[in-house]
Amino acid sequence: MSVQEDVRPDAPVDPETVTRAEFCIAACADAWRGDGEILASPMMTVPTIAARTARASFEPDLLLSDGESRLYTGTWAIGETPPLDRVEGYVPFRRIFDILWSGKRHVMMSPSQVDRFGNANISALGEFARPTRQLLGVRGAPGNTVNHPTSYWVPKHSTRVFVERVDMVAGVGYDRASAVGGDVERDVEIRRIVTNLAVLDFGGPDHTMRLVSVHPGVTVDQVVEATGFALDVPADVPESRLPTAEELRIIREVVDPRGLRDKEVRA
Amino acid sequence: MADKRMTEDEVVAELRSGMTIGIGGWGSRRKPMSLVRAICRSDLHDLTVIAYGGPDVGLLLAAGKAKRLVYGFVSLDSIPLEPHFRAAREGGTVTVSEWDEGMLQWGLYAAASRLSFLPLRSGLGSDVPIVNPDLRTVTSPYADGTEYLAVPALHLDAALVHLNRADASGNGQYLGPDAYFDDLFCGAAERAYVSCERIVPTAELTAAGPVQSLLVRRSEVAGVVEAPNGAHFTTCEPDYGRDEAFQREYAQAAADPEAWAAFTAHYLSGDEASYQAAVAASTLEAVR
Repeated sequence: MSVQEDVRPDAPVDPETVTRAEFCIAACADAWRGDGEILASPMMTVPTIAARTARASFEPDLLLSDGESRLYTGTWAIGETPPLDRVEGYVPFRRIFDILWSGKRHVMMSPSQVDRFGNANISALGEFARPTRQLLGVRGAPGNTVNHPTSYWVPKHSTRVFVERVDMVAGVGYDRASAVGGDVERDVEIRRIVTNLAVLDFGGPDHTMRLVSVHPGVTVDQVVEATGFALDVPADVPESRLPTAEELRIIREVVDPRGLRDKEVRA
Repeated sequence: MADKRMTEDEVVAELRSGMTIGIGGWGSRRKPMSLVRAICRSDLHDLTVIAYGGPDVGLLLAAGKAKRLVYGFVSLDSIPLEPHFRAAREGGTVTVSEWDEGMLQWGLYAAASRLSFLPLRSGLGSDVPIVNPDLRTVTSPYADGTEYLAVPALHLDAALVHLNRADASGNGQYLGPDAYFDDLFCGAAERAYVSCERIVPTAELTAAGPVQSLLVRRSEVAGVVEAPNGAHFTTCEPDYGRDEAFQREYAQAAADPEAWAAFTAHYLSGDEASYQAAVAASTLEAVR
């Protein structure tokens, strides 16, 4: 369970041996790069592996919880509970609200719909008054997005998810935040979106969605086709970065030895 | 100190149709299910239910008790969506106020603090104020002039919470990982009712857990119900965890009217004792 000391972080990695899921995990981990001493709150499997990998490698000061009420030090496997002597803090739901309102948190949620300004829907599909499909409800998304950085993980990039207009704005995007102004406009930050195909951010004109990189084996055209609105596509789109040898060891041997990542990502 | 011990049915007898009822716990965690089951057996109707919702909300919807909901979510945790809630939303049979999770806390805290609203940033810019047109904003009277959402107080006619231990006067104790918002539900209510795994002498409370685990004061509590396994099938740690097998059975039954009728006949047609007996029998069968 502990991170070994005998790893050469610069060991060469053969790209042929790296799975799509592992590219996604490296891209998700990068969402928290530079965040320092804040609470990283991943939802779903790939972001959870990514947050633990980020802390075990390049972002050691992150706070991580068990998703229940405890903050733990160290690195542990998906589905495992670390021993009590790894507890470093107590974060019942009420304190999670305190932390998110303080701004010292960066969440990675999984939207059912997202638009070009980063407005995200996790609430319901169709008319809100009588949805064709009820989803989770807005949950904490309205508060998360206007208080601290938010990133999104989309396991299946499609025109069903990347839509011109979301049916219900649960997570606030840039155009909505700018219409409110003040603190909301200042603090909204949709850091990045990682999908099974690509990495996106909001570096396009007026904070619109921009293609940052495509995962190896994916073409720019594939991403454009799977997106239901005009994406900002720079002239030169690089490939998503390769995970380092150290990151791969953490992912494969420490955090996800059972290979749950491959169940969430189909290339 | 007053002895406030009651039965589930005595609590329900104090409730009226059309009331606003707050229910403690979170999702499928430490829900006052025996009190909810008692409401389902009653002739109460047209309730407004305010909760971080789980199967409490689902059962009340299935039994036709809830007319309106105020919630941030309704989830079974290990099963993301409550099936009866989903059916009620998609069938248009319930009126809802869907709020951000933090707004719910603020509304309860405002009511408990006798304030008409509390300012909050969360909700601004989202569609929450659009689908809840009764929500208003408020502008800071100070130099910053910031606009906030004015989260209205959520006044409750009654609150129902389930704790691990309580004494006969209503001093309630949680021993699990999280208090959730049970103290705020009690504070926001005209009358709060605490069910618990065990009623113990006051002197035993601090033997079970640290003084910080004494969550609810007797001055806020109108009635105490001893309800062993009363949170079933939700979690009530450390006394017991969630009955995942039963929750799966519940969710599968809820997806199909015929299966739900059979589930109701088997588990929910009698009183709490017969529910617990049916659960124990099915658990025993699973072990065999």
